[in-house]
Amino acid sequence: MSSADEAVPAFDLSTTPLREVNQALHAAGLEGEYVIENPRGAHNVAVGLDAPVKVTVNGHLGYYAAGMNQQAEVVINGNAGTGLAENMMSGTVHVTGSASQSAGATGRGGLLVIDGDAGARCGISMKGIDIVVGGDVGHMSAFMAQKGRLVVRGDAGDALGDSLYEARIYLRGTAKSLGADCVEKELRPEHLQELAGLLKAAGFEDDDPASYKRYGSARTLYHFTHENEY
Amino acid sequence: MCGIVGLHLRSPELYSRLGELLTGMLCEMEDRGADSAGIAVYGNEDWSPRGKGSVSLIDIDVTAETVAAALGAESGTEVTAITVDNVVLANADVDSEALMAAAKKAYPHVLIGGFGEDLAVLKGVGAPRALAESWGLAKARGWQGVGHTRMATESAVTSSGAHPYAVGPGECLVHNGSFSNHATIRRDLRAAGVEFDSENDTEVGARFVAHRLADGKGVDEALTDLTRTFDGFYTLLVSNRDSFAVVRDAIACKPAVIAETDDWVAMASEYRALAHLPGVENARIWEPEPEVIYHWNRQEVSA
Repeated sequence: MSSADEAVPAFDLSTTPLREVNQALHAAGLEGEYVIENPRGAHNVAVGLDAPVKVTVNGHLGYYAAGMNQQAEVVINGNAGTGLAENMMSGTVHVTGSASQSAGATGRGGLLVIDGDAGARCGISMKGIDIVVGGDVGHMSAFMAQKGRLVVRGDAGDALGDSLYEARIYLRGTAKSLGADCVEKELRPEHLQELAGLLKAAGFEDDDPASYKRYGSARTLYHFTHENEY
Repeated sequence: MCGIVGLHLRSPELYSRLGELLTGMLCEMEDRGADSAGIAVYGNEDWSPRGKGSVSLIDIDVTAETVAAALGAESGTEVTAITVDNVVLANADVDSEALMAAAKKAYPHVLIGGFGEDLAVLKGVGAPRALAESWGLAKARGWQGVGHTRMATESAVTSSGAHPYAVGPGECLVHNGSFSNHATIRRDLRAAGVEFDSENDTEVGARFVAHRLADGKGVDEALTDLTRTFDGFYTLLVSNRDSFAVVRDAIACKPAVIAETDDWVAMASEYRALAHLPGVENARIWEPEPEVIYHWNRQEVSA
């Protein structure tokens, strides 16, 4: 271990209770870098952060990892369970492995990067978060997504973008099927530019943005039509 | 909620550690369900001697000697029995179905936990950790084991509501989730002559699979039939003496993780139940796809 590494405070979850670790990361005026070791699939690790810190977790995590994140940069060297970065407001969460269902659910801001695959319902009800998935996403991804961008470098499962509102989906592979009201849309210069920026931010700048397709809402469901007026 | 775990060993070098590893898996899932628990172990000679038919009698309040004598009288053969906490495990040099029939005749009101060759099923009401300890699970050896921690939703907290449901010869099913149309399917199965021990939804799934296997269908076909017949949310682990299979419903909201190495295949409701397995850091880890049947067969090796 180099001297620079030794300066980084490390929490060992095999000896320190999770609540103590999370409370330490909620201290007022927190800054700098932190490492969490031996999570062994624990739930709720590094949730509720609200400080410009970098937290690195070495190992696989359980449910709600890095949930409700604000400002912090969280790197998870492993896989993450259900509800990764749920309701993120800002900051970044980067998972080097794969994520289970409902990754980035309801997120309002920030960037979530999953190097591997994401399970079902990735980006469900997203409200402004950007999500970049290195591999595939499962069924019902971006279900009722309201705002933000979902980038998928692999394939998507059934019913991609079902009942979409204003979120934009960029897919390089193919979707098993599109959900209700989700349609392919023209990839205009502003989209190529937006996509290039997202890919760069996620570390996939070698991808050709033109190799992606864009999907969005056809705006034909009752929410968008006059029949719903009363 | 409930938790399920299963470990299918490929490397005979690990057989002596099956119980220890399964105990760790089961206890880690205790906070997914702590009202009752159950396990099935394949290949533990102390509980189910090789080459014999075995049957598990749950919550029976007579001694093993009494059970051995009663089953011996019914079956007309010499029966051996041991007590493992709340369970009596009986075995004899007869087919397990014949031994099970003798047990049902001798003790018509006692719950049969399971029957088969090389199979022992233990289940009961209580916290999984306490039950595992009272059964001495950590000392068990074998090539395959499954476990369940229950948080009851569909039926009463009783041993008959606890998993595994081991209702066919050597077969075992544990379930995380709930079936919504089980009453209809139970009626159909009853009409076809199938008998039930409980009002539990999972028992219907297990009886359904056992009924299909008894008809000569394979595990894959039986589980495909199940996905087309049952409505609800489920992750199922279905084991036989020589096989280990996982299937999830189309919605796939009930959790499931599978890990595989050259030495073992394991599945659990959550990764944390696998975190102590040897070599897990280099395992291939993934979540089963909806309605895809994952199925492994045992390669018989001399231990």
